[in-house]
Amino acid sequence: MSVTPTPSGDGTVLFEFLQRMGDNALILGHRLSEWCGHAPALEEDIALANTALDLIGQTQLWLGLAGEVEGKGRTADNLAYLRDATEFRNVLLVERPNGDFGKTLMRQFLFDAWHLVILQALRSAADKRIADIAEKAAKEVAYHLDRSRDLIVRLGDGTAESHRRMQEALDELWPYTGELFIGDTGDAELAAAGIIPAPESLKGAWDDVVGETLAEATLKKPADGYMHKGGKRGVHTEHMGFILAEMQFLQRAYPCATW
Amino acid sequence: MYAQMVKTDGTRVKSLDDMEPEERAFQQRIEAGQKIEPKEWMPEAYRKTLVRQISQHAHSEIVGQLPEGNWITRAPTLERKAILLAKVQDEAGHGLYLYCAAETLGISRDEMYEQLHSGKAKYSSIFNYPTLSWADIGAIGWLVDGAAIMNQVPLQRCSYGPYARAMVRICKEESFHQRQGFDILAKMVKGTPAQKAMVQDALDRWWWPSLMMFGPSDDASVHSAQSMAWKIKQNSNDELRQKFVDQTVPQADYLGLTVPDPELKWNETKGGYDFGEPDWKEFFEVIAGNGLCNAERLGARRKAWDDGAWFREGLLAHAAKAEARRTTAPAAAE
Amino acid sequence: MSSEWPLWEVFIRGQHGLNHRHVGSLHAPDAEMAIHNARDVYTRRNEGVSIWVVRSTDITASTPSEKGPLFDPANSKVYRHPTFFDVPDEVGHM
Repeated sequence: MSVTPTPSGDGTVLFEFLQRMGDNALILGHRLSEWCGHAPALEEDIALANTALDLIGQTQLWLGLAGEVEGKGRTADNLAYLRDATEFRNVLLVERPNGDFGKTLMRQFLFDAWHLVILQALRSAADKRIADIAEKAAKEVAYHLDRSRDLIVRLGDGTAESHRRMQEALDELWPYTGELFIGDTGDAELAAAGIIPAPESLKGAWDDVVGETLAEATLKKPADGYMHKGGKRGVHTEHMGFILAEMQFLQRAYPCATW
Repeated sequence: MYAQMVKTDGTRVKSLDDMEPEERAFQQRIEAGQKIEPKEWMPEAYRKTLVRQISQHAHSEIVGQLPEGNWITRAPTLERKAILLAKVQDEAGHGLYLYCAAETLGISRDEMYEQLHSGKAKYSSIFNYPTLSWADIGAIGWLVDGAAIMNQVPLQRCSYGPYARAMVRICKEESFHQRQGFDILAKMVKGTPAQKAMVQDALDRWWWPSLMMFGPSDDASVHSAQSMAWKIKQNSNDELRQKFVDQTVPQADYLGLTVPDPELKWNETKGGYDFGEPDWKEFFEVIAGNGLCNAERLGARRKAWDDGAWFREGLLAHAAKAEARRTTAPAAAE
Repeated sequence: MSSEWPLWEVFIRGQHGLNHRHVGSLHAPDAEMAIHNARDVYTRRNEGVSIWVVRSTDITASTPSEKGPLFDPANSKVYRHPTFFDVPDEVGHM
């Protein structure tokens, strides 16, 4: 396991970045799949599963490429099912528990807004393999954002209760958004090579989408106070261990089995 | 089956001579293979029976999401996770198509939910059994979806248009479900001894409940006779069960599994298998709400519904506000 | 206020440029969401390129009892169908 990215050449910083993309998709897709059969309306149940399916598909691509870049013969499944929590690189936001449906949608919206901005930038990445994945994923995520944005507006500007719940969700999740825009030396190196956008550079576009949406939803944008971080370098919340205990159970309990 | 022991309100099947002209014309159309469409004249008992049957079928689809949904978060590979999620999502879709078909008969989806949540409406007995291992996911696809397909294929030709069309769509989507189940098991039986044991254990637990899905023998049932006369049921329960056993046993052999029925034996004269009788006492207990998972399944559905009320109301309130803004905005601009 | 979302009828144009075809119905709070829901419910297997939704209550249907007068007259106008005319084989495709 590598916590501190080493200078490029051996692919470590790229491996690091690809895991971040893959793990965000994996953990959020996993969280969404927890709703299957329990959503507030059949139509929503089906829609949310579509988003989860897109994210799991993206996971296979990002982690597949990560394994390739690492060059140790690990597959996407090996990475998903056989790394421990400290090796996961997703932001803390996506591992937040589902909470009520409003919290799930708010988490989705805050993430989608970032996800689309970074994927759009990655479409012109100097590494074609990354550009190709981004091209495909950006189309899917554009629809995710359409939907989550629309629901945030409607529920914010719905009943007094839906407004209250959405505001609560926003206030609770806001401190987890800062991490999306904090870069490290590896990010800087990849950005300089034209492979990824610098994380900090995405904030403006994200602020615009989020600001407009929250205004239309009549929700109050929280002040940028103290922000949580750690996920991107493998320091997670307590939730992560439980997610993995569930997700990795079969692979861990039957080490030699294929499924 | 997904709709088990559907009552028809009748005490006997009327002959054409016993019918008023309107009903006779209706019955003759059915016998001529014509479809009955919404808003056309139909006997009240036909309408009510269909509402019961279709809603029970729909309830089974959405309650059926739960036992399999259990394993989505524990699926052993990314591909298996995606396939299972897509499959369980399909079940929600099937429930939706069926609720919509029932709605053409003058009942709302909310009313049907109310009947489910209050315990008044039934759903298939099979979904009150627990999914205890990953092999259960394979067994459900193979056996439970296999049994469901036996029933759903002929229902594509049923007399009520919207139901028949929903079944066409469902059957088209369902064909991947049984295969994915079998595929899970086929992979596992070639795996480690522990995996193979897991598969045998799943078959041991799911075999009999799968046979019960077809319901008890209905050769003497007036309800079944009436449903068949109306062409909303095409085969007797025993007929379908026999077909299912004949189809499934060779597949179990292929997987190298033992069907847990000491009485199972090929009968050359009838060209099918002889097999034992399921435990019907257990079946009636499960149907009556006393199965291992009845309370949990219904509890989960009720919770999803109750917890989601604010969401549904919020969206409705927004739609009303937006509509009001649209209708008053031009006036304000003038 | 009834808390049930209204019912919408969904029409989808398939991949091959044919007319929109009725595929089923669903519930949604308004037209925009009905389109979203239709996309998620009825095009899971890449079935469509265009979606129409219509509120079920906005559809005016012919009444079944008028089926005779509405459609029987067309039955007798068999000459409207190309198969009514015999074209001699020698003439070739027409």
